Formats: sequence, C-alpha cells, structure tokens
Amino acid sequence: MATAVGTLGHTREESTVWKWMTTVDHKKIGALYLITGFTFFLVGGIEATLVRTQLAVPNGTVLDAGLYNQLFTMHALTMIFLAIMPMGAAFFNYFIPLHIGARDVAFPRLNALSYWVLLSGGLILTSSFFFGEAPNAGWFAYAPLTEKEFAPDKGLDFYTVGLFIAGLASLMSSLNFAVTIINMRAPGMTMMRLPVYMWMTLVVAFLLILSLPVITVALVQLYFDRNFGTNFFTPGAGGDPILWQHLFWVFGHPEVYVLILPSMGIVSEVLPVMSRKPLFGYTAIVMAGASIGVLGFGVWSHHMFTTGLGTVPQYVFSASTMAIGVPTGIKVFNWLGTMYGGNIKMTVATYYSIAFVALFTIGGISGVMHASPSVDGQHQDSYFVVAHIHYVLFGGAIMGIFSGLYYWFPKMTGRLLDETLGKIGFWFIFIGMNLTFFPMHFLGLAGMPRRIYTYDAGLGWETWNFVATIGVYIIVVGVALFLVNVFKTFRKPPDAGDDPWGGATLEWATTSPPPEHNFDVVPVVRDRDPVWYNRDHGIVTPEKPAHLHIHMPPPSYFPLVLGIGILLIGVGALSSLAITALGVVVVYYALWGWALEPTE
Amino acid sequence: MAAAHAEPQHNTTTGIDNRKMLMWVFLASECLFFGSLISTYLIFKGDSITGPLPHDVLDIPLTSTSTFVLLMSSLTMVLAVFGAQHNRLGLMKGMLLATIVLGLAFLGFQVFEFRTFGHEGLNLTTNQFGATFFVLTGLHGTHVGVGVLYLASLLVASGRRNGLGKEVALHVDIAGLYWHFVDIVWIVIFTLIYLIP
Repeated sequence: MATAVGTLGHTREESTVWKWMTTVDHKKIGALYLITGFTFFLVGGIEATLVRTQLAVPNGTVLDAGLYNQLFTMHALTMIFLAIMPMGAAFFNYFIPLHIGARDVAFPRLNALSYWVLLSGGLILTSSFFFGEAPNAGWFAYAPLTEKEFAPDKGLDFYTVGLFIAGLASLMSSLNFAVTIINMRAPGMTMMRLPVYMWMTLVVAFLLILSLPVITVALVQLYFDRNFGTNFFTPGAGGDPILWQHLFWVFGHPEVYVLILPSMGIVSEVLPVMSRKPLFGYTAIVMAGASIGVLGFGVWSHHMFTTGLGTVPQYVFSASTMAIGVPTGIKVFNWLGTMYGGNIKMTVATYYSIAFVALFTIGGISGVMHASPSVDGQHQDSYFVVAHIHYVLFGGAIMGIFSGLYYWFPKMTGRLLDETLGKIGFWFIFIGMNLTFFPMHFLGLAGMPRRIYTYDAGLGWETWNFVATIGVYIIVVGVALFLVNVFKTFRKPPDAGDDPWGGATLEWATTSPPPEHNFDVVPVVRDRDPVWYNRDHGIVTPEKPAHLHIHMPPPSYFPLVLGIGILLIGVGALSSLAITALGVVVVYYALWGWALEPTE
Repeated sequence: MAAAHAEPQHNTTTGIDNRKMLMWVFLASECLFFGSLISTYLIFKGDSITGPLPHDVLDIPLTSTSTFVLLMSSLTMVLAVFGAQHNRLGLMKGMLLATIVLGLAFLGFQVFEFRTFGHEGLNLTTNQFGATFFVLTGLHGTHVGVGVLYLASLLVASGRRNGLGKEVALHVDIAGLYWHFVDIVWIVIFTLIYLIP
C-alpha cells in the first residue's frame, strides 16, 4: 500500500549507485556536493591554466581570442558557482546537523533535490563548450555585450539558463539550511551557543535567500531580451545597460560574502581547536559576521563607480564600503587573539587557516582601496582587480576550504590525511598562489587591462606575466599532491578515531564517520564548546541504548526525477518548447509523487 | 511503520513547524523577486519611445473588478483556514473551491486584458511599458496559477482517504500564507501601475 510509490523497502538490497541516487542522508549528499564541487574546481583550474599559458609570453598563440574569452568567463563561472559554492554547501550539508545536534536537515528530500538541480545547472553551463560556444562576456556579463546583436551565438543563453537553474538549487538549499539551523537545534543549543561556523552558514543562507531573486529577475530579463525581443538592456530602444549592472551587483556583492563567509566559519572552528583555546571574542565575531551580511547589501555600487553615478551615490557607497571593512577587521583580530598565547598544534589544517588569515587580509586591504572612487577609477578593469579578487577567493575561500578538508576529512572518512604530504602540498599551493597573484598587482598598476587575450612585447609586462604563469603550474602540482594524498589515504585502514584533534564542537562527540542517525542519544548542550565542557566537567555521554528506535527518512527517487524534470525544462529553454513541456509534465508528476510519498 | 511517530515533526526549537517557517522564509525571497520586477517597471516608467502608452490601454474599471475578485479570494482563503483549524472540513473544502474559482476568474481577466492590449498594438517588444508590464504582471499571474494548482492539489488530497490527516490545518494554513502574499503583491502592482498616473 503506502510503500508502493517512491519508497524503497529497507530490507531490499539495492545497488550502490541506486543508493547514492536516492539518498536523502545529509552526509551522503554532502559527499556528493564535495566530489562534484572538487571536480568542477579541477575543470575551472584547467581553464585557468590554459588562460595563463596563453598569457605567459607576449603575443601568445595557444588560444585564439574567441576561445580565450570563453575560457576566462567559464573559469569564473565554474569556480564561483560550481566549485566554491558547492564545496561550501558540501560542508554545510555534512556539518549543520552534526554541529547543532540534529539527526538530519529539516527537509531531507529537498536537500537531495538541491544537489540534483545544482548538477543540472552545472552540466548545462559546462556543456555549452560542445554546442557552439560557451558564455564569453565575463562572469558579470555586462549589457549590451550580451545582447543578440553582439552575441548572436547560444553561449549567453547557456549563461542565463545555467545560472537560473544553479540559483534555484542554491535557493532551495539555503531555505533548507536556514530552517534547519533556526528550528532543529538540540536541547540547550541556544543561538549564542551555536558554533561560529553555523552562524556564518546562517548568514550565507539569508544572503542567498535575499539576493538570488534579484539575479533571477535580471537573468529572466536578459533571456527575454535575447529570445523574445524585449529591450530591457538595449540602449537604442530605450533600454538601460546600467540596470543590468545594478541588478547584477545587488546580487553579486552579497555573493562575494557567500563565497568568503563559509571559509571564515571554517577558520573560526579550526583555529580554536588547534590553539587549544576557546575562540577569542565569540560575540564580536558573530556580530561581525551578521553585520557583514547586512552591510553586504549596501555596497554594490562600488563595482560601478566608473559608470558615472553622480557625487552623492559615490559618497554613500564609498562610505558603506569602508564601513564593511570594520567587521572584517574585527574578525581578523579575533583570529589572531585566538592564536595568541595558545599551544598551537601545527597541523596542515592550521597551516591553511593561518594562510587564510594572512592572504585574506592582503585581499581585504586591496579591497578597501577600491572604496575610494578616485583610486577605483585607476584600478577599474586592470589586473589589480584580478589580483584583489584572487587574494580573497583563492587566498581566502579556497584556503579555508582546504583547511576544512584536512580538518574534517577524518570525521567524514575515519582516516587522517597524510600530514607530511599535506604540508608539502600546502607549500606548493601557498607559494604558487602568491607567485601567480601578487605580480598581478604590479601588472595592474603598470596598466595591463584584464581580459585581453594577448599583449605586445616592450610594455614592461613580460616578466610578471611569466612569473604568474609559473605560479599556476606550481599550484597545479600542489593540487595534484592533494589528490595523491586522498587516494593514498583511502588505501589505508581507518586510523583517525572519533576525535583526532581534540575538537570542541558536537561532530567530535560521535563516531568517525558518523552513523546515519548521527547521534545515538541526542546531545544536551551546556556550553559553546560542548565537548570541552563535558570533558572538563566529567560529564559522560549517555551509553548507547540497547535498542535504538531511531526513525530516519527513507530513500526516495523523487528528488532525482524532479531534478531531471527541471533539467529538461532548462534544455527546452535552449532548444525547443516540446522538451520544456515534457519537463513540466515530469516536474508535475514528481511533485505529486513527492507529496504523496510516505516519509515516516 | 508502527513506530514511525517516535519523533513528531512539530517538536522544533521555536515551536513553529518547519514547513511553515520554510514558507515564511521563501516569501521573504519572493519580496525581493517582485521588488526587482517592480523597480524595473518604475525605472522605465515614462521611457517608452513609441505608443501605446499606459493611459492609452489601461482599463481601470475592468482591472478594479479583477482586483476585487482577487481580494475576495483572500477572504475565502481565510475562511478555508478557519474551517481547517476548527475541523469543519465541509466549510474548508467549499472555501478552497471558492478560492480556486476566484483565482481562475482573476486569471481569466488577465488573459482578456493581455489579449485586448495585443489587439491595441501593445506587446513585449513594442516599448518599455510593454516589456515591463507583461513581464511583471505575467510573472504575477504565473504565481496565481501556481497558487491555484497548489490549492487544487490540497482540495483533491483532502478528498482522499488518509489524504491530509491530522495536518490538514497546517497544510491549508501554509497555502494561505502563499495566497495572501500573492494578493498583497497584486495590491502593490495595481496601485503602482493602474492608480498612480
């Protein structure tokens, strides 16, 4: 009867692939996100390597101009939407329930759906290479360059449809995470006892919930411009290209914090544990994160100083941009305060966290420079800006993610990554990163514009371009060493134990990897660092009851079916109405099945 | 299956059901969605190079009627929620049906209005008014349409044995949040497009 639709019997043996396709377990979904995100990270890395190879010497001939434009655009889109965001979402997925003491997220099936929809968006965006041309107007796709007249190929339709679908996935997962953190906390886990990582997750969720609809509207308008003949962004017919910039950056600037806040959260978990001290200034760091979230919505026009906003908007956005540096600075001092006087364990995770603080500070300072419209006017569209964003996104976000990977790998797999190999890899990535991106400051100040596919000799740009390209190859070696480390680690037996670092937060109170239901007994939280508190006060975790009657949501294939329906709608939007109609039918069928499927 | 109710869903930190909170947060997102569309409309207001212009085509008495219809659907929605919460399932089903009919009537008005505008020479590509008007009201109409499907699904499900069960009040309540939101957005759109010259 009730088990007929969608639900799989617990007793039936299922193939491994089918188990992963129908899973609603937040840990498995987190692993899917992580593998997908890291794969796209490698794809984006290959794109970047090609771009840098082209620029290694003057008048490079590796790529032609058209392909170069596609590669730098897809590098940014891949890294931002398909690598950093999914890897952030991977840790969110895996650790939200573990950090707050819950059995799963609030909506397990919606969680699975978010993953399948994200994968659909990623496949649509990336497949554009095989259907004519990839998006080629830069990741912020300024109008009117994106209009049919100047971009007649399909590339920018892949951009609108792919980002729309990836955005839908982020919206669904953000709604899910926000409700989970607010509503699923273990007894005693008050808001001000949440791990800082959870606070940053919550801020990120709300940033996405409130900013994604704006880019959605902009993408719909661009799609209408290109396919239905409207003129939202075509100046000749009364449209306004600056409107695209406003809509894009109202989303785009909060998006920057979406990329960096998860890593700030990771570092805020790693540093206290490795320094053997509670986090310095918990309240300040939480409030700073929240105010970054609020202020993040009031600074978007600093991307547009050179469009001629007028004096008053320039003052306002200049001031708000400087103001957002304050909470960011507070965090940096909190991390330093946490390490100060601590008995620091120099693990690979610590290395990456310290590198994060240092490199992010450099990127943050070059960012505050752009708060001044007159300075910004000099830097606009030069390599200085490229240097800045890579210091915050590579030096910041990626370093934080690597820190998280080394810190949580034992929890997720039961195996410790090799520390020696990890440290060698760290130095490759750290040195390579600085060799690549620091010279870009000089190149920018020497006048090299971004997004040029080649340059002449004799402009004084040769040396630093060559150095930057060498740096990329060093990063490639570092990332390859990480992969070697992962494969090596999987060949050895589990050796991590439940709590290899002496962690403070609840994920270390369960086994490695955690059981499907996370905790045998739902933990009671008495302090911000519950594991340390229980250790210091001699509170023992209650024994595992003899008979566990924990009900977990059964696997379901409807998220996958619904995801395929949304993929079909997307493919239809790029090809024919018939496929869209089929997609709508699949979506409707899946929604009914979803709604009627017993979840208990 | 018997042990399934070991951890009932309503056992949440805030006491608010997860699904209801999800709808509230989703509506926050929708505010920004319609906010962006309405901003676009206002930015391009008066920027049309060719006609027809708003005062050439807008039929205020007609749209006032359709607005009244949509407002009445909010009333019937409230009554449906009342019926669901007080276990008066007959009232609930009748009022859900009434809400669906009123929603469909509003969509009928909109289709008629779009067709009339088309005959008078206004479409998506005519001018900035056409583009912003059709995209904004069209996406609002899509929301009403989704709402009609949502309510119809609830109505059908409530007719099934074991359909909505004990949670009927919750489901209708959440659908009501969505429905009222879509109505409120229409009030804003109606005021800004039709009433303010």
